[in-house]
Amino acid sequence: MATYQEFIQQNEDRDGVRFSWNLWPSSRLEATRLVVPVSCLFTPLKERPDLPPVQYEPVLCSRANCKAVLNPLCQVDYRAKIWACNFCFQRNPFPPSYAGISDVNQPAELMPQFSTIEYIVQRGPPNPLIFLYVVDTCLEEEDLQALKESLQMSLSLLPPNALVGLITFGRMVQVHELSCEGIAKSYVFRGTKELSSKQIQEMLGLTNPSASGPQGRPAAPQDPAVTCRFLQPVHKVDMNLTDLLGELQRDPWPVPQGKRPLRSTGIALSIAVGLLEGTFPNTGARVMMFMGGPPTQGPGMVVGDELKTPIRSWHDITKDNARHLKKATKYYDALANRAAVNGHSIDIYACALDQTGLLEMKCLSNLTGGHIAMGDSFNTSLFKQTFQRVFSKDHNGEFRMAFGGTLEVSTSRELKVSGAIGPCVSLKAKGPCISENEVGVGGTTQWKICSLSPSTTLALYFEVVNQHNAPIPQGGRGAVQFVTQYQHSNTQRRIRVTTVARNWADAQSQIQHIESSFDQEASAVIMARLGVFRAESEEGPDVLRWLDRQLIRLFMFHLRRSPFLQVFNNSPDECSYYRHHFVRQDLTQSLIMIQPILYSYSFHGPPEPVLLDSGSILPDRILLMDTFFQLVIYHGETIAQWRKAGYQEQPEYENFKHLLVAPVDDAQEILQTRFPMPRYIDTEHGGSQARFLLSKVNPSQTHNNLYSWGQETGAPILTDDVSLQVFMDHLKKLAVSSAA
Amino acid sequence: MNVNQQTPMASPYGPPQPGYGQPSYAPLGGGYPGPYGPYNGPAAAYQPGAPPQGPARGPLTSAPRPVSTPQAYSQYPQGDSQNGPPPMDHSMAQPAHRSPVSQPYSQGAMNLSGPHPSYSQQYGAPPPMQQVTNQMSGMQIGSGPPTSVGPGYAHHPSTQPPISAAYSSAAPPSYTQAPPLSAAPSQPPPPSEPAASQPYYGGPPPPQQQPFPSAHHPSQPFVSSSPYLGPPSQPQAPPVSQQQSFPPGPPAQQPFPNSAPPPVSQASYSGPPPLTQHSFPPSSQSGPFPPISISPSQYPGPQPQSQPGPPPFHSGPSPRGPVPPPSMSQQQANHLPPGPMQQQQPPQPGMQGGYPTQQNGAFGQPRGPQPGYAGPQYPGQQNYGAGPAPAPAPPAQKRLDPDSIPSPQASELPAVQKSRHRIDPDAIPSPIQVIEDDRVNKSSEPFTTGVKGQAPPLVTTNFQVKDQGNASPRFIRCTAYNMPCTADMAKQSQVPLAAVIKPLAMLPPDETPPYIVDHGEGGPIRCNRCKAYMCPYMQFIEGGRRFQCGFCSCVTEVPPHYFQHLDHTGKRVDCYDRPELSQGSYEFVATVDYCKNNKLPQPPSFIFFIDVSYNAVKSGMVNIVCQELKTLLDYLPRENPEADSVVRVGFVTYNKVLHFYNVKSSLAQPQMMVVSDVSDMFLPLLDGFLVGVNDSRMVIESLLDQIPEMFADTRETETVFGPVIQAGLEALKAADCAGKLFVFHSTLPIAEAPGKLKNREDKKLVGTDKEKSLFQPQSGFYSNLSKECVAQGCCVDLFLFPNQYVDVATLGVVPVSTGGSVYKYTYFQAETDRERFLNDLRRDVQKPMGFDAVMRVRTSTGIRATDFFGSFFMSNTTDVELAGLDCDKTVTVEFRHDDKLSEDTGALMQCAVLYTSCSGQRRLRVHNMAVNCCSQLADLYRNCETDTIINFFSKYAYRSILNTPTKTVRDTMVNQCAQILACYRKNCASPSSAGQLILPECMKLLPVYLNCVLKSDVLQPGADISLDDRAYLRQLLSCMDVSESHIFFYPRLLPLVKLDGGSLPMAVRNSEERLSKGGVYLLETGLHLFLWVGANAQQELLSNIFGTPTFSQIDPNMTSLPELDNPFSQRLREIIDSFRSQRSRYMKLMVVKQEDKAELIFKHFLCEDKSTSGGASYVDFLCHMHKEIRQLLS
Repeated sequence: MATYQEFIQQNEDRDGVRFSWNLWPSSRLEATRLVVPVSCLFTPLKERPDLPPVQYEPVLCSRANCKAVLNPLCQVDYRAKIWACNFCFQRNPFPPSYAGISDVNQPAELMPQFSTIEYIVQRGPPNPLIFLYVVDTCLEEEDLQALKESLQMSLSLLPPNALVGLITFGRMVQVHELSCEGIAKSYVFRGTKELSSKQIQEMLGLTNPSASGPQGRPAAPQDPAVTCRFLQPVHKVDMNLTDLLGELQRDPWPVPQGKRPLRSTGIALSIAVGLLEGTFPNTGARVMMFMGGPPTQGPGMVVGDELKTPIRSWHDITKDNARHLKKATKYYDALANRAAVNGHSIDIYACALDQTGLLEMKCLSNLTGGHIAMGDSFNTSLFKQTFQRVFSKDHNGEFRMAFGGTLEVSTSRELKVSGAIGPCVSLKAKGPCISENEVGVGGTTQWKICSLSPSTTLALYFEVVNQHNAPIPQGGRGAVQFVTQYQHSNTQRRIRVTTVARNWADAQSQIQHIESSFDQEASAVIMARLGVFRAESEEGPDVLRWLDRQLIRLFMFHLRRSPFLQVFNNSPDECSYYRHHFVRQDLTQSLIMIQPILYSYSFHGPPEPVLLDSGSILPDRILLMDTFFQLVIYHGETIAQWRKAGYQEQPEYENFKHLLVAPVDDAQEILQTRFPMPRYIDTEHGGSQARFLLSKVNPSQTHNNLYSWGQETGAPILTDDVSLQVFMDHLKKLAVSSAA
Repeated sequence: MNVNQQTPMASPYGPPQPGYGQPSYAPLGGGYPGPYGPYNGPAAAYQPGAPPQGPARGPLTSAPRPVSTPQAYSQYPQGDSQNGPPPMDHSMAQPAHRSPVSQPYSQGAMNLSGPHPSYSQQYGAPPPMQQVTNQMSGMQIGSGPPTSVGPGYAHHPSTQPPISAAYSSAAPPSYTQAPPLSAAPSQPPPPSEPAASQPYYGGPPPPQQQPFPSAHHPSQPFVSSSPYLGPPSQPQAPPVSQQQSFPPGPPAQQPFPNSAPPPVSQASYSGPPPLTQHSFPPSSQSGPFPPISISPSQYPGPQPQSQPGPPPFHSGPSPRGPVPPPSMSQQQANHLPPGPMQQQQPPQPGMQGGYPTQQNGAFGQPRGPQPGYAGPQYPGQQNYGAGPAPAPAPPAQKRLDPDSIPSPQASELPAVQKSRHRIDPDAIPSPIQVIEDDRVNKSSEPFTTGVKGQAPPLVTTNFQVKDQGNASPRFIRCTAYNMPCTADMAKQSQVPLAAVIKPLAMLPPDETPPYIVDHGEGGPIRCNRCKAYMCPYMQFIEGGRRFQCGFCSCVTEVPPHYFQHLDHTGKRVDCYDRPELSQGSYEFVATVDYCKNNKLPQPPSFIFFIDVSYNAVKSGMVNIVCQELKTLLDYLPRENPEADSVVRVGFVTYNKVLHFYNVKSSLAQPQMMVVSDVSDMFLPLLDGFLVGVNDSRMVIESLLDQIPEMFADTRETETVFGPVIQAGLEALKAADCAGKLFVFHSTLPIAEAPGKLKNREDKKLVGTDKEKSLFQPQSGFYSNLSKECVAQGCCVDLFLFPNQYVDVATLGVVPVSTGGSVYKYTYFQAETDRERFLNDLRRDVQKPMGFDAVMRVRTSTGIRATDFFGSFFMSNTTDVELAGLDCDKTVTVEFRHDDKLSEDTGALMQCAVLYTSCSGQRRLRVHNMAVNCCSQLADLYRNCETDTIINFFSKYAYRSILNTPTKTVRDTMVNQCAQILACYRKNCASPSSAGQLILPECMKLLPVYLNCVLKSDVLQPGADISLDDRAYLRQLLSCMDVSESHIFFYPRLLPLVKLDGGSLPMAVRNSEERLSKGGVYLLETGLHLFLWVGANAQQELLSNIFGTPTFSQIDPNMTSLPELDNPFSQRLREIIDSFRSQRSRYMKLMVVKQEDKAELIFKHFLCEDKSTSGGASYVDFLCHMHKEIRQLLS
């Protein structure tokens, strides 16, 4: 057998699953002693180009509260045409279509290599994709123009049958009707008045006409595509919409001196949600909101329109001085839940130099699986490419997005589900395998993930419930099955089933084995998510203390310093943004977020990864740091001088030119694939943007210890933060004293 | 002026025409009761009234009487049929009635006491009998028997002579009275007239007269007896008496003739009377008599004729006929014996009773006469009918002195009497005559406003005005041009002191519009204390350095730049160079201080709100509006005809949601913005909503083309209304300008929204104390909204196209409070109503108007403007705020004393209107008016204007029904009128018999007009009139000027006989009697035009008008006449066009064929007739009024 390393990698590649422990302690007591719970990172739609979906329905366990899917781990009696569910041990007959089944004629789902399998099912009419643009018009002319272009461009990226709608907002909210000929028609709402979903639908004329119609005709079965004038197939309204976007004007209402423009973001969103709710409930849809500033009026306002009142800062929040925070958060939270219930996801593209209220609005995306992209302006490649990348396609020419997913988890009896952390909401499905011990979003075996991308990753937490003295369970393996139903971007309904199993181990007798099965990367991410989740959802010093205790025990130095937990030097919006991405990216990306990667380029050899330490900052090196959100190219002092002197232009210094180009090329490679587009920073020693690098490296040299460490090369960091050295020293002391 | 005494009746009657006068009176008395019933209530005609009377009388009269009375009633109904035979009995019966009546009458008798004796003698039972018979006969008209009876009665009359003597005695006094008014000669004429009248009546009257003598009492009798016989006959009778009085009038005029005008009048009267006149001239009596005599002779003949005419009236009587017999029999049983035996005795007791009968008789007679009159007798009548102007003069004096003539008549009368059961409508004051007289006398010369206290010509007269220091009557008309000095006098007279102001009235092309004056940066020069604007009443003193305010007497420095030296008379040298020093009306340019927020105003905007719900689309309204707007927008109001209008426009369509349109010029296509959140209205767009027509022409046209298409298939039936106005208001607020909203609306706004209404139409409430609630808005929402509108200068014009109840009372609140108008097109159909609507719309859009106006009326110390009527809003007690003020809007202002006025200085008023012109300029229009003050009531009564008084009264009454039961309002009005007339009678008229109805010359039409007001749909609704119509009319009237209210209440009825020449044919009075089966008539009501075609109209006439010679081929649904190439057709269409151009609303033409269903609608406007809703006929009402006056006097 290969090493654990290989095993883990193989598992991840095949199933998109990484467990914190690959051998499970067989009792609850032992499991709790391990600190890091039995848990996993699961990427439901991990790209599997090698996995052709099968065109039939999965076979389900007939026990009402099990419904597990037939999988390679099941015991099958080919002669009796019976299979036993490996979760509830129910014996089920195969359906008639499996009559020809035998040892040599196995359906795919019984083959071991198909521990992950995808079914295409035919249920109801195919649902078109729905894209509802919600566009802020309180923008600078230049920004608006750029945004309009991006939007027009996006129309060409949409599949022709996708439904598209447009809502614009400023002081008022306008819902544009797209089907009309001649006169462009829109429904206007005032931006200050909260409306119920029913009211919105009534006002948009979406209620069944037979209810209010004079004739009282028999209510014809409603074809939403026909009745909804606001969402029309792209191919029909392409021209119309392009013109409409072209004619889009800045919000015409005058903005007095000293005021912010009035932005009715809250109402616009509630109308978008209400509109979809009324027309396409339980159908995948993507609300894409573009905003150029914070909501300034109506429900969901984040800051008043007085410029003299700045938007809330961490300081205000700690002092409980953020007037609108709680109200707005509550408002958006409610909206997010409504959208999530109906399977609609909400993207937020916020481009402004100041904060835009992501802190309050983050749940819109977090709960619905939507994206958040943050930039300085719509007229930047950061935004443009990020936005474009939303519509990126896979090798089959299909969108890397899926809608309306539900994830259901089944477990062996010895294992129960504590919860999940990721872009999901609970479906509150009761089942036998729910743990009372809730971690993240728990209390259910099913979660709704309104929008999924191939990299969307959830952290799932389990609890071993086997009693301490109980024998190792039958068969010696514990199994977990993930069933993900979703609407594929080509409108098919699909079901992906992943079934994994791990061996049980007695912690007392096999502690080394368990130890060696530890996946530290996965564990780090899993614990980090837990920390982020708690930081997000709870308040007070207790959380911080809990975090410190946990993290110190976990030796996670960089996580402690990351913006996910450390709010210093980050605005509330930025934190929200970072956390948003952290809880959904896959393991690799998450690791980058926790501990940025630093490459060093020099004449001394090929690029090499170096320690994220101030000691790595040398004058004759070029550094490339990837923090996921930023890509920083840092030219050392000497290099910078050379560059300034223009040596790279001289033929004799072509090697210098190559050196300069190398990190840029590498960065481009990263930029090509990453979503969202990272902020690309090209700086040098002493440059103001160098702070991005300096804030990340381990401050092994500071103004405090500069001389005590002698004249080693490197750059001192002006900080009071403890360095890894100090952290480690402290840790050692702790480890000894606690003897835990 | 003519003193106006119609008094004649009583006194004249009493003595001279005892028969007539008395009869008339008697009828009055009796009739009134009856009529009253009807009057007050929508009373079912007489009949209903009668029965009650019966009982009432019953009590009054002795037991037997009641019986008789009831019979009498019954008789009426039966009347005609019985006539033949009954006469005999009737006479008998009637006497009986009389007797019962007599008791009540007794009071009357008191008055008549003088006459009584004579009466008693005369009375003898016979008169009553005769009268009765007369009545009966009159009813029956043709019947032989009656005639026979008649004669018999006639004899009685002859016997009456004594009475006549008595009358004569009475007469003298009346005459004497007359003299004061007119020259002595007038008096003589009166007698003659009376005689003349008598003749008519005389024939019958004399006999009756005798009874009449008691007749003075008659009124009382009426009360008692009248019910039956009385009522119908009585009511008529009273008029008769008046008529009689008229006759006297003419005579009086004759005297005048001597002076000047009279001649004409005489002539008119004389028309027929020439003879009589002649006779008059010689000796009034003698003269009159002859005519009388003639008339009598004629009567026989005429009577029959008359009957046909009178039928309506007779119908009343006829019923009586039947009853009479019984009564007769009974009466006879009771009375007859005695009656015949003791004519005198019966008279006495019966006097009263007798009177009634007499009255009856009198009435009957009058009627007879009428027909007859028309021809011979009353030349005057003829005049009325066909006669030219002559009549006018006579009318001047309204005295009817039946008295003088009795004797002569008596002889002849008998025959006549039969015919008469009622008062001759021709003998009562005729509006037509008055109008004609005024036209003849005053249209030739320009009216100069320089003379203080001079009443202008009537609104019906075409005249030119020269502004010489007082505002033209086109701007201001007053009820009284001679105000009482003290509050006591004013209170005593009860004459309302009010001015009807039309600040932005359009002037005819030959008159100069008010000059615009610019006093520079300092703004208009004003009095320091009362802030009155510089005007001709400011007295410059100290060599011109200061001026003293004519209103408050405060002395103010003249600013240096305004200084000017005075001439030797104390006038500024530049007096005639400056309009504000020499003119009654002018305008100031207002400075920024006079602007809202101290900011010069923006040009106004017009916003069009088009209902696009199912009904609106289906009726074709949406299509028509959109089509029309495309061209109409080129005619937005502007001050400089060369330049484009600066008015900006916006468009909104709506059903239960609103659709705003962005029509910015840069757009290729309009954009529609739907606002469904009607609960909290807001403006969805700023830029591109209000645009200049020329800038955005293409987009607007595209929009107007598309609107009908877009909503062609709508199934939305619900609408909102409140949010529509709110939207307009928000739009104007956002644009920071004033403006006008044109709302085209179809249904009751029941959709969920602010201002949502429910259907509360409940006909059961009509006539109850809760009726008033139907005129009040359903909620306070619209009142509050209108406040906001006014604050912004947002005027709302509402065009309604309802198919059912839309609650005009509530929907109209905003238009009415903002100076807007409501137009209503019930059951709108594109084909038939298109023209009317489009013309209204065009006019409404184009007419000159001011925005965001504030009007203030300042007055001399001593009086104060206390009450205001019209379409406006008042947030305090002095400032009339009008969001919009167009050239048709009128504000009526009532003044009250708060101190004494002085005869020397008179009373001044200054009406200043601050407004924004349609070009966005802030202006101040000032109208000044000075009137005299008097310490003698007679002066007051001499300088009143009845049309204006009616304008005020009607507005007052129409407003009162908001808070007071309709019946109370009517009673109050009758009461006030009676007080006015009684006060005159008491203080200004020469003493005369109380039975005489004397009207001031200026107010002789007050009763007829008042009756029209009382009968109007608002105050006395018929079964077929909807609440909406009433509310609509109520609001409509509130801003009518005098000319409109005049024609509204007394429509113009033109016979289309010969239409050659430039002049119009003379109108005829609004009574079915005046219509000839062979004629075609045009009726103008101010809101409608009717072309009534008689069933026997000449073929040639029909060919000329309709292009078809056959009556049956005339299409009653046509709304415009075919354009035929003949002079008659051309002229007729010209006339129709000119009528339409005179009114602020387009009058749709309806062709009414005689005997057609539609004729009912037409008849509704014949306001001198009894109305189906229970309104009294003119004659009846006059009787009633007379009774009221008498009650006040006693």
